Amino acid sequence: MSAESSPKIVIVDESPIRAAILEEGLREAGYTDVVHISEMQSLLSRIYALDPEIIVIDLENPSRDVLEQMFQVSRAVRRPIAMFVDQSDAASIQASVEAGVSAYIVDGLKKERMKPILDLCVSRFNAFSKLQDELDRTKHALEERKVIDRAKGILMKVKGLTEEEAYVLMRSTAMREKKKIGEIAQSILTASELLK
Amino acid sequence: MTTPLHIGFIPLVDAAALIVATDKGFAAAEGLDVMLVREVSWSNVRDKLNIGLFDAAHLLAPVAIASSLGLGHVKVPIAAPFNLGLNGNAITVSPALHAALMEEIDGDRFDPMATSRALARVVAKRRKSGAEPLTFGMTFPFSTHNYQLRFWMAAGGVDPDEDVQLVVLPPPYMVDSLANGHVDAFCVGAPWNSIAVDLGVGHILHFVSDILLSAVEKVLAVRQSWSEKHAAVVAALVRAHLRAAEFIEQPENRPEVARILAQPERLGVEASVIQRTLDGRLKISPDGTMRESGRYLLVGREAAARPDPGQAAWLYAQMVRWGQTPYRPEALKAAMAVFRPDLYDAAAGRPTDTSNAIGAFAGPPFDPNDVPGHLAAFKIGRWKP
Repeated sequence: MSAESSPKIVIVDESPIRAAILEEGLREAGYTDVVHISEMQSLLSRIYALDPEIIVIDLENPSRDVLEQMFQVSRAVRRPIAMFVDQSDAASIQASVEAGVSAYIVDGLKKERMKPILDLCVSRFNAFSKLQDELDRTKHALEERKVIDRAKGILMKVKGLTEEEAYVLMRSTAMREKKKIGEIAQSILTASELLK
Repeated sequence: MTTPLHIGFIPLVDAAALIVATDKGFAAAEGLDVMLVREVSWSNVRDKLNIGLFDAAHLLAPVAIASSLGLGHVKVPIAAPFNLGLNGNAITVSPALHAALMEEIDGDRFDPMATSRALARVVAKRRKSGAEPLTFGMTFPFSTHNYQLRFWMAAGGVDPDEDVQLVVLPPPYMVDSLANGHVDAFCVGAPWNSIAVDLGVGHILHFVSDILLSAVEKVLAVRQSWSEKHAAVVAALVRAHLRAAEFIEQPENRPEVARILAQPERLGVEASVIQRTLDGRLKISPDGTMRESGRYLLVGREAAARPDPGQAAWLYAQMVRWGQTPYRPEALKAAMAVFRPDLYDAAAGRPTDTSNAIGAFAGPPFDPNDVPGHLAAFKIGRWKP
């Protein structure tokens, strides 16, 4: 893609990892003119200075309301419009809101040029959410592991059990009470804290 | 059978009726299973309501009108069957601007005309000395805060587009921006004014009720098409909110209401700060000066919850005055039709014909039947007849 046909894209996102994932995707697809803004102070003046044709912002960002002001400022040479202005493409609007991303384009930019960029943003945002979920699950599993190990230690000490016996006791209690072993382990820690 | 509903809100005290209707079980008693979704921007609330991810929303009254007219965004007709609150905003200024205003003021410091004229003198002095223009923060282009600030300063001779800068700031960033000098003042809802005062970085200059006696602030908004298909649900929602508003307005319930709103997944701020707003008893200066007003925030009392098309007309007139849209009689009609006293009355089961006149401190009384004539009475504005 020649530089001439590559529109200038600004990514407004406080998450550096997600912005990097998005930026990489855009570059791979041949969009070379991409700038990431992570600092929300003076956001509008930075955007005016960069004069982008497309602005991508995550929906968790309160500064989205700041961008809405662009439609008001008569001083701006190029008037940006919300991509949602075109009501013909309800499915892609839905997909982008659900993925947690919104885009603004400068007036006059053709819709056909915007569509692949938005699709790419949506898929990268979804990929990031999946990654985040996996990370959260892993973290949670690691923490649970630690809690179980500490509860096991307490049972071994208090009841004179072997490691294997302590684990079996927790597991059978969990099954009997229809709870997770992590919850049983947590109750043991809480109880032992109270009885100290 | 219960009806599941997703309702979006922004963590502000004027979401009280919505939060109490849900958390105190008034909605459940009406057969509604409400899932409240906290949002971070008005743009998100508007878009999610527009595309149907939300069934209803806590919405800035002017956004409901702008959405219905297709101003600045997609055109999606909205119906507002219930006012979540009247008033509730305040103008807070930095200690430096407060000192400058008090030096210039000629008259009562709670008189908006006196402060507005003082502001005009401060602005003129700054210009003479080559200082940067003052910057005012507000929450959204189509917001009561924007119009309230503009109305106030223009009355004293300050042109909000030429003499100062008005910038959009998300409410959670307001206090920091005032503290670090990014803005000199802001107009926002509770709890942010009180938080600025508590931190010693701001003085509450005005309650908006000083400027406008009764100004609709947030509405409970639904898509108009949805309201037609789900008339019984809309009526149930209004009834649940009426009961919540009545509950909130009982002074003995205020501590409980403040505790409900203070929950981390609701507003997530201290209950005492919330209660000050509900009681209309606010600390206005870091030195501890208190000020009380029976009109600070009205949630249901004095028929505050009943939508008044005259209020919608006033908001539309502000959009015209400040150049957000040209005047068109059919657009005025469409704006007024967003506010639905008929839906409110049908649900409440008692017809009322009370209305809340805007009661502005400057200019002639507002007449919805003559918006151009009304606007012609104001010298400053972007609208040309």
